[in-house]
Amino acid sequence: MTIAGLYNYWIVILLMMTGFYVVISSGNLVKKIIGLNVFQASVFILYISVGKMSGGRVPILQEGVSDYSNPLPHVLILTAIVVGVSTTALGLALVVRIREAYDSVEEVEIHQQDESL
Amino acid sequence: MLIESVNIFLLALLAVTAIAAVRLRDLFAVAMMFGIYSLLAAVMFVLLDAVDVAFTEAAVGVGISTVLMLGTIGLVGRYERGSVRSSLLPLTVVVATGATLIYGTLDMPHFGDPTAPVHQHVAPAYITESPQQTGIPNVVTSILASYRGYDTLGELAVIFTAGVGVLALLGLRRRKRPGKEGVGQ
Amino acid sequence: MIDNPVLRIIAKIIIPMILLFALYVQFHGDFGPGGGFQAGVIFAAGFILYGLVFGTEALRSAVPPAALRLLTAFGLLLFAGVGAVTMLAGSDYLAYNALAHDPVAGQHLGILIVEFGVGVTVSAVMITIFLAFAGRNDP
Repeated sequence: MTIAGLYNYWIVILLMMTGFYVVISSGNLVKKIIGLNVFQASVFILYISVGKMSGGRVPILQEGVSDYSNPLPHVLILTAIVVGVSTTALGLALVVRIREAYDSVEEVEIHQQDESL
Repeated sequence: MLIESVNIFLLALLAVTAIAAVRLRDLFAVAMMFGIYSLLAAVMFVLLDAVDVAFTEAAVGVGISTVLMLGTIGLVGRYERGSVRSSLLPLTVVVATGATLIYGTLDMPHFGDPTAPVHQHVAPAYITESPQQTGIPNVVTSILASYRGYDTLGELAVIFTAGVGVLALLGLRRRKRPGKEGVGQ
Repeated sequence: MIDNPVLRIIAKIIIPMILLFALYVQFHGDFGPGGGFQAGVIFAAGFILYGLVFGTEALRSAVPPAALRLLTAFGLLLFAGVGAVTMLAGSDYLAYNALAHDPVAGQHLGILIVEFGVGVTVSAVMITIFLAFAGRNDP
């Protein structure tokens, strides 16, 4: 039963680590940001998985239903998704400016240009 | 039982998409993979009873994020250069962190367990009191706007600030481009 | 993409529907899934589709940047302003009960206004971000 009960969390950790790997191993700034987004979405899935109750229903109240899944994580993640895309846009805007200043989005080339100054 | 099998299948697909996104070098394909990943996550949220979240993820992750990434790729170039560094060190760090986190999950309440601590504290109060206090059937809306109004106000301020930040960095007006390096030096 | 007739016509048919759906999501969020965040994003998606098909120049004349800047601030101020009004009515910040004589009616009104503020700011920020990125390489 342990495997079935913890499967969601393990896959979430796998996704998290995939995103983390992209962030630390890739030299391309756009890909790093996509990696951060993969990480972020995995955290969303973790929160929503924790809020799920077996036998629970969608938390929109109706007659004759007493068990609802936990609405609190839904609220947190709902706002986090929109905040996430705004901050992603800010990061991508920085990448665009870096590209205009250095003519590259590869970390190695940017470092080289900084050192040759 | 059906829900559990769909759950397992979707999570496996999510993992495949994420790993494919890591391995691809074409950023256009990576952005598309991220779009698929978001769509799968949205389906996942429907399955986990979070319809409001699924709604948002479908509109934001699949729509706006993907358009933003494509816009950026259009500005900065499509292909990632092959990495010169060895991937051994990042892989070690990632595997070690992942193993620690998995060790941490062993004590967690099982998926869907109705006796888990998360289902015991504030949520039942919101669910039982919300109809009398706000008269709104959608508990997510009443928590978002009323019970946790401060939180939402703060989040909105973050969105506002991010928008102002993008404006400050990129601007909306058309640039007059004298030469290639029109950026201030 | 302006030359593609299929895209143009489909976009012209579908954009009003997207905007209408966004309004439905905005104001029906109390009873079904939806609310300010979703509605704002969907509303912005309609405009982004317009910008993608007809070009950023057309989008910029449809939604002038000055109006966008104004709306971005307006939504947040509306949200914060509701809090100020409840304080002036002698209650706590963002305690909507004070907005009407009946606490439930007050809550309803407060939630509606606050969600509207959220929707306005979110859609304005999303359109701003799109314009900032897509309009960057305009000739």
